[in-house]
Amino acid sequence: MSLLEVKNLEVRFAMRKEELVALRDVSFKVEKGERLGIVGESGAGKSVAAFSILNLISKPGYISAGEIIFEGQDLTKLSPQQMSQIRGNRISMVFQDPMMTLNPVLTIGTQMTEALHAHQDISKEDAKQRAIETLAQVHIPSAATRFDQYPHELSGGMRQRVVIAIALITKPPLIIADEPTTALDVTIQAEIMDLMMELCRTSEVGLILITHDLGVISQMTQRAIVMYAGRIVEEGDTKDIINDAYHPYTHGLMDALPQKTTPGQRLNQIKGVMPALSSIPDGCAFNPRCPLVADICRTTIPDYSNIGSTRVACHKAAPRGS
Amino acid sequence: MLAFFVRRLVQAALVMLIISVIAFSIQDNLGDPLREMVGQSVSEAERQALREEMGLNDPFLIQYWRFLKKAVQGDLGTSYFFKRPAVDVILDKLPATLELVFGASLIIILFSVPIGVFAAIYPKHWFSKLAMGVSIVGISIPVFLTAILSIYIFSVELNWLPSFGRGETVEIFGGWTTGFLTRDGLVHLILPCIALSSIMLPLFIRLIRAEMLEVLESEYVKFAWAKGLSPNRVWFLHALKNTLLPVITVGGVQIGTLIAYTILTETVFQWPGMGFLFLEAVNRVDTPLIIAYLIVVGLIFVITNTVVDLIYGLVNPMVKLARPQGGDD
Amino acid sequence: MVAAKWNQFLDSGFYHDFSRDKTAIISFFILCVYVVFCFSAPLIAPFDPYDPTGIDIMDSEIPPVWLEGGDSRFLLGTDAQGRDLLSTILYGTRISMTIGICAVLLQAFLGISIGLIAGYRGGRIDNFLMRIADIQLSFSTLMVAIIFLAVFQALFGTELYERLAILMLILVIGVAEWPQYARTVRASVLAEKKKEYVDAVRVIGLRAPRIMFRHILPNTLSPILVISTVQVANAIVSEAALSFLGLGMPVTKPSLGSLINSGFEFIFSGSWWITIIPGIVLVILVLVMNLLGDFLRDVLNPKLYKN
Repeated sequence: MSLLEVKNLEVRFAMRKEELVALRDVSFKVEKGERLGIVGESGAGKSVAAFSILNLISKPGYISAGEIIFEGQDLTKLSPQQMSQIRGNRISMVFQDPMMTLNPVLTIGTQMTEALHAHQDISKEDAKQRAIETLAQVHIPSAATRFDQYPHELSGGMRQRVVIAIALITKPPLIIADEPTTALDVTIQAEIMDLMMELCRTSEVGLILITHDLGVISQMTQRAIVMYAGRIVEEGDTKDIINDAYHPYTHGLMDALPQKTTPGQRLNQIKGVMPALSSIPDGCAFNPRCPLVADICRTTIPDYSNIGSTRVACHKAAPRGS
Repeated sequence: MLAFFVRRLVQAALVMLIISVIAFSIQDNLGDPLREMVGQSVSEAERQALREEMGLNDPFLIQYWRFLKKAVQGDLGTSYFFKRPAVDVILDKLPATLELVFGASLIIILFSVPIGVFAAIYPKHWFSKLAMGVSIVGISIPVFLTAILSIYIFSVELNWLPSFGRGETVEIFGGWTTGFLTRDGLVHLILPCIALSSIMLPLFIRLIRAEMLEVLESEYVKFAWAKGLSPNRVWFLHALKNTLLPVITVGGVQIGTLIAYTILTETVFQWPGMGFLFLEAVNRVDTPLIIAYLIVVGLIFVITNTVVDLIYGLVNPMVKLARPQGGDD
Repeated sequence: MVAAKWNQFLDSGFYHDFSRDKTAIISFFILCVYVVFCFSAPLIAPFDPYDPTGIDIMDSEIPPVWLEGGDSRFLLGTDAQGRDLLSTILYGTRISMTIGICAVLLQAFLGISIGLIAGYRGGRIDNFLMRIADIQLSFSTLMVAIIFLAVFQALFGTELYERLAILMLILVIGVAEWPQYARTVRASVLAEKKKEYVDAVRVIGLRAPRIMFRHILPNTLSPILVISTVQVANAIVSEAALSFLGLGMPVTKPSLGSLINSGFEFIFSGSWWITIIPGIVLVILVLVMNLLGDFLRDVLNPKLYKN
């Protein structure tokens, strides 16, 4: 049995005039200890997918169809109380901007131990001990002093380490990280990624890593999902996605990487922009920007087809360069 | 902590200095100390001699310095009307006003926080909608009109509650008279306190709701939910503490307005407090009393603002009490 | 041209929101009624309350027509001096609104100028101006106005004061509340300054005042509109409070506040209408302006467009 299995998930946003579909027919699995990457442009629905697993989508959004099976139970059917026993206990999250994630008026210690107290019957002293151990585990120097400090006394990189420590403190089998390094300096980004990699390996934690950076995906993950306009367009082993992708959108993302161009040459952009949720075209959502577009792409939403380890939704699926 | 206090003290002293300059200029233009000392019969030459002797012809700054020295010793002149030291007259009325302010603040704090928080957590609940609707009507009714309407309904028409005065008061330590300890005194406090809080309460309900709504959308509250904390912990620890920070600041700013409203409330209810006294003093051109009111109110204002700042500093860890803040906002 | 603009307005999201909001429509309608009735007061009022020859003290304290003892000449009854209450209210509302609007124009002028300078110049000037704004705000407007007017009255006597009352009220309320505008405008200027077009026009070589008034100011108009609505309501309340304390308009030329004041003592003898009717007129006026302010804030506040 997989650790997490998302089946045909659909998320809608109830707007004043209409209902917008933010995620359609999203299915994927995470095995125990597996690291899965979700990649796509901003607005592609990666974060919505991540937040919907814990039923934390912001207000007008709601899960309109599908199942989220985690450790054998369907999370979409849980009561709020049952759900909060999953959150932070069995599945933890790491948010994007560590400057905004920590509560400015509570100490690091309070914010760490409260996660323990919420899920375990643990004494104050033991909780403090665990918190300090976990801070040390994420390589925060003089962990005991940090325990009593407030977030504003720490740098951005340190704060993200604290956030990771909070996610780890209950020893969950799955962590969801939503662009955990986007808000940080480039040098610190690598440190945080190394740390996460190290923690996943040593403690056998499953990871869902959301990012728009294919480089990070290729370093960090074993499987990868490419999303476009609320739909998975391609999914497979990371090495296959990086080396032998079939979807023209994945090709476009790969070609846009700086490594793929010779110095001095302009980067290869994908023409156009991703459509807003309210104006997704008929047929394949990518068709207005697709170099391989054919008539069928403008009328029919492509089904998934399996090619090797990958699953791809494209009428014209083909290896790159062909 | 000490440095913060000293800095705040210097600031307070500066404000008091400005108020004292204003007060002195008023005295300089309005008051004629000779008027109360001598009658009309004294000749112009004698008056001049007296003026010279009293130092009334000295330069402005020297006179101001003398005024300041006396003021610090609590001597702000003698009320023309009461023939008693102006400070004593004011201080006699201080308990009445402070008890009114205390009662109103109690109403404001006890009701605004729960209602504002509830309206933010359940914005679509019928009670929230009712509270918001009533509060916009509430802020649209001027304080004096609420006072008049409440007198008309509860005193004139229904005859339930008294319409003026403090009722029976008892003296506790140091000459402080209180209406909180007698049934009659409490009954007399009801309408004035409600009237005084009638604009601030809806104002704070709306403010707390708006701030709380914003905080509930913040990343750190989302993160708190993601930790699986209980709703009570998220709402009343994570969200409320951050909501109250701006509310405390606004509270400090509103103290001045609340004191101004006491003048209105006391006028309508003929409440024997400082505000009522001040208006009488204005009508009688009782300069020493006007000045004493200015200084005492200025002092109350400065003290409460310092206390509010201190509370803010204690609640907000980002304010370093030990050293001056670098920049604001 | 005008028709095109009008059609453009009807197409806009603003009109769309307005036409769906019943509260806003009703409030706007009531406000229009107020404006029309008050500014045509001399034409429609049955009596001239300023004309002492038209007042008969024998007519005093006549209740409104629907009550026993009402007189068909006086629709809303008469006040303690025998003036027709309807006419007095019409004229009084006109004075209240005039003072409110003029005071807010003064506030806006001071606040916008100071806010533009502070935001555009930045640095020490900005710091200094905003510090003054903070101090000014922390002293409540009403407190400052009460003390200022009280001292003025004591200094120059009631007679001169009564002649200058309108001017003094506008001045005091206008000067005391400028920080509201200055802060809002400064914040918008700081936001606008970051945008590229300001750099662009600066590169073209336009002078600072021209950049501020032609290019930055138009972009700060919607927050200004929002606070203006609420500020007029506040100014009217402040004026009423001051007049109620006897520091505003004299009884001979009453605003709504002085009318309420003059009738207050008579509620104990049962003549409630002299106080309560002008009170209701005042509350409805302030309420519709607050409701419109709320509506404008919800519609024009870009923060809410996030979703």
